Amino acid sequence: MLKAMLARAKQGYRTMRYPAGDPPPLPARFQGLPIIDAARCAEGDRACEDCAAVCPTKAIIVTNTAGSAPSIDLGACLFCGDCVRACPRGAITFGKDYRLSTSRREDLVVESFGPGADAKTYARAVAMGRELRRLLGRSLKLREVSAGGCNACEADVNVLGTVGWDLGRFGIQFVASPRHADGILVTGPVTRNMELALKKTWDAIPGPKVAIAVGSCAISGGPFAGSPEVLGGLGSTGIPVDLWVPGCPPHPLTILDGLLRLIGKIKS
Amino acid sequence: MSSLPAAFAKIKAEKPVPLDELPLLDGPALAAAMRDAIREGSRVVSYFGTPKGEGRTELVAIMAGDTTNALGAARALVKEGFPSIARDCPQTQLFEREIAEQCGLVPEGHPWLKPVRYRRSWTGRDAWGRDPAAPILPGVGDFYRVEGEEVHEVAVGPVHAGIIEPGHFRFQCHGEEVFHLEIALGYQHRGVEESLLKGPDLRTFRLIETIAGDTTIGHATAYSHAVEGLAGTRRSPRVDAIRAIALELERLANHTGDLGAIAGDTGYLPTSSFCGRIRGDFLNMTAVLAGNRFGRGLLRPGGVAFDIADAERDELLKRLAAAESDVTNAVGLMWDSASVMARLEDTGRLTKEEAIELGLVGPAARGSGLARDVRRDHPSGIYRFAQIPVATADSGDVYARANVRWLEVGRSIAFVRDRLGALPSGAIDSGSGPLAPNSLVVALVEGWRGEICHAAITDGEGRFARYKVVDPSFHNWPGLARALRGQEISDFPLCNKSFNLSYCGHDL
Repeated sequence: MLKAMLARAKQGYRTMRYPAGDPPPLPARFQGLPIIDAARCAEGDRACEDCAAVCPTKAIIVTNTAGSAPSIDLGACLFCGDCVRACPRGAITFGKDYRLSTSRREDLVVESFGPGADAKTYARAVAMGRELRRLLGRSLKLREVSAGGCNACEADVNVLGTVGWDLGRFGIQFVASPRHADGILVTGPVTRNMELALKKTWDAIPGPKVAIAVGSCAISGGPFAGSPEVLGGLGSTGIPVDLWVPGCPPHPLTILDGLLRLIGKIKS
Repeated sequence: MSSLPAAFAKIKAEKPVPLDELPLLDGPALAAAMRDAIREGSRVVSYFGTPKGEGRTELVAIMAGDTTNALGAARALVKEGFPSIARDCPQTQLFEREIAEQCGLVPEGHPWLKPVRYRRSWTGRDAWGRDPAAPILPGVGDFYRVEGEEVHEVAVGPVHAGIIEPGHFRFQCHGEEVFHLEIALGYQHRGVEESLLKGPDLRTFRLIETIAGDTTIGHATAYSHAVEGLAGTRRSPRVDAIRAIALELERLANHTGDLGAIAGDTGYLPTSSFCGRIRGDFLNMTAVLAGNRFGRGLLRPGGVAFDIADAERDELLKRLAAAESDVTNAVGLMWDSASVMARLEDTGRLTKEEAIELGLVGPAARGSGLARDVRRDHPSGIYRFAQIPVATADSGDVYARANVRWLEVGRSIAFVRDRLGALPSGAIDSGSGPLAPNSLVVALVEGWRGEICHAAITDGEGRFARYKVVDPSFHNWPGLARALRGQEISDFPLCNKSFNLSYCGHDL
C-alpha cells in the first residue's frame, strides 16, 4: 500500500491540461494537414501528376485543367509521404496541424492554395445538433467495433483512456455493451466477415445515436481498398457517419480533437 | 540434435534459392519428411500451397532446426489432396487447414478440418464441398462439444467487451471450470496475401505495414529483408542498427502495455495506469524516429527513410532513461503485490512439452522454458553482431509469460542504449532493384509476439507469384486454447492478455 502511494508520488500527476492548455508536443517529423502550393506545382503549366502516380491509395486528385493543382482526399490518404518525395518542385508538404476531423466526407478533400487555385479553408468538424448535444454532450458512451482494423487505430483510441489523455474527464467513455452506448466508433475497412456483427451492434444501440469513423480504413478502406474481402469503409454500410477522423492511424490528439468537436467542447 | 532430413534443401534466411534447386517431392514424401524432421526436434516455420493451374497445387514447407541454426525447404506437387500429419504433429494442423481453405485441397486424415478464415478458395475447388452459391458464415460450424447434464457452453464474440479486435471463443464449461476452449477467427480477414500477388507495386509496402498494425516494424523488416535478398541489395550497418532500434522500441511499447494490461486484469490499477502511460512514451520514441507512433514509413527496401542524427540520438537516450526508471517503478509494484501474484501464478499453465508440440513461438514459448528466439537462432541485420540474451521462465503460467516480458524490457532497453551509443556509419538508403526471377526467399524476424516469417516466390518476371506471411499469432492461438483447459473461465481475460495475440495477423 505504502509502496503504491510512493510510486504514485514518483510517477506524478500526468493528465494534460489540453484543451484548457496547449496540446502535448507533437514529434518533429509529424505529418499533419497537407499543404499544396499551386504556384509551385504547375508553374503556369499543367500539373505533372508525379504525386498522383505514386500514391498507394489513389488519394490524389488532379483535374489538370490549366493552372490547376492536385487535391488530396484525406479519407484515402495514409500520410505516407510518398507524394512529397515524388514531387519535383516541393509543392506538397505535410504540416503540423493535427486538427483533421470533419463532419462530412467531402470535407476531407484538401485543396491547394495559391493564385488561380480555389483556396478553400479546411472545414473541420462541427458539434452535433443542439438536441443531441443536450442529451449526449456531457455524457457520450461509445461502443468501439474493429471491423478489420490492424490494431493501430484501436491502440490509439485505447490510449485516450490512459491517464495522460483521460477521456473520462469529458464524459466520453467506451462501454462493453451496445445497449449502454450512445454511438459507435468504427475502425477497419469493414471486412465481409464483420459486416453482420457491425450491423447488429449498430442496430442494438438505442437511438438517438452517432457514428464515428476513425482511420483511413474506416473511411475508404485504406490500404485494403479494392480488396474483395472488404466493403471499403463505414460509408459503404449505410450507417450514417457523424464524424470522420482521417489518418493511418490518426494521432490520439487528432482523434481527441475530433471527439471534442463533436460534443461541442472545441469550436472552430 | 535438430538438423534437417536430407529431403530438405539447406537454405539461409534472406538468400534467394532458385526454385528448381528445391527438391520436388510428392505429397506422401513431403509429409513423411516433415514428420521425420519434427520427430527429430525440428519445427514448421511455414507450410503453404500455391495454385499452379491445371488443378495442381505446389506445397512448400520451410522447416527450422534451431539448435543448429538450420533452415530447410522442400516442395511437392499435388492434385486433390495431400496426407495430413496433424495427428502426429499438432503444430501443422492450422497450416494444413489453411492450405485446404486457400487451395481447395483435402488434408487426408486431418483430425478436425475446420476453416481458418471462412472464405472461398482461390481455385474454385472447395475442400468441404460447400455449395458455391451459399454464403460462408464466419464462425458458423461444428464446435467441439462436451455433453453432460451440468455442462454449459459459453460463446464470446466476435465483438468483445473492450477496444479490441474481434474473434469468437467457445467455452465448454462445468461450473467455473473450462473443459475446452475453441477459438474461431477470420473476422479480420482483408485479403492481404492476394493483394500482394504480382507485386511489388505502390500498395505493397503499405499492406505489409498494416498486416498487424502494432507490428509495423516487425513485418516491414521481414519484407525488406526478403526483397533485399531477392534484389541482391547490400544494406549498410547503419540501416541495420536503426531498424533494430525501431524493432526493440516496438517490443518495449507492447511489452509495457501487456504488463499493464495483465495487472489491470487482476484489478491492480497502479501498475495498469502507469504502464498505460509509459507505453505511450515508448511509442513517442518511435515517433521521434519516424514522425508517427507505429513507425509507418520508417523502413523501405534498401534502407530507412530517416536517420538518427545527434539531436535524435540525445533525445532518445534521454527519453529511454526516463521510461526505464518509470517502468521499473511501475512493474515492480506488481511483483511486490501478493494479491496480483496469487492471480498470476499457476494460471494458464502450459508445459514445455505442450509448447513444443504446438510449435509455439515468442514469449509464450519462452514462458514455458522453450528457448526460441529468432534473434539468436536465425539472426539477421545487427543481431548477427550484437546479441540479446534469450529470456525464459520455467513455470509456463501467466506469471512466467509476464516475467519473460519484463526480462525482455530490461534487455531491450540496454540494447537500444548500446546501439544509440555506437551507431555505425553508412548510407541510410542503398536503394532497391529488380527481384531475382523464379526464386524462393525466406525472411525471419523476432517480432514482439514471436517469430515472423515472410516467404516470397517470384515468377519469371521477378514479381510475386506467392507471398506467404506467417505472423507469430498463427502459431500461438492454439496455445491459448490449450492453456485454458482446467482453468476458471474468469481467468480467461488474464490468460488472453498473457498471450496477447494478433487477430488480424492471424486472419491476414
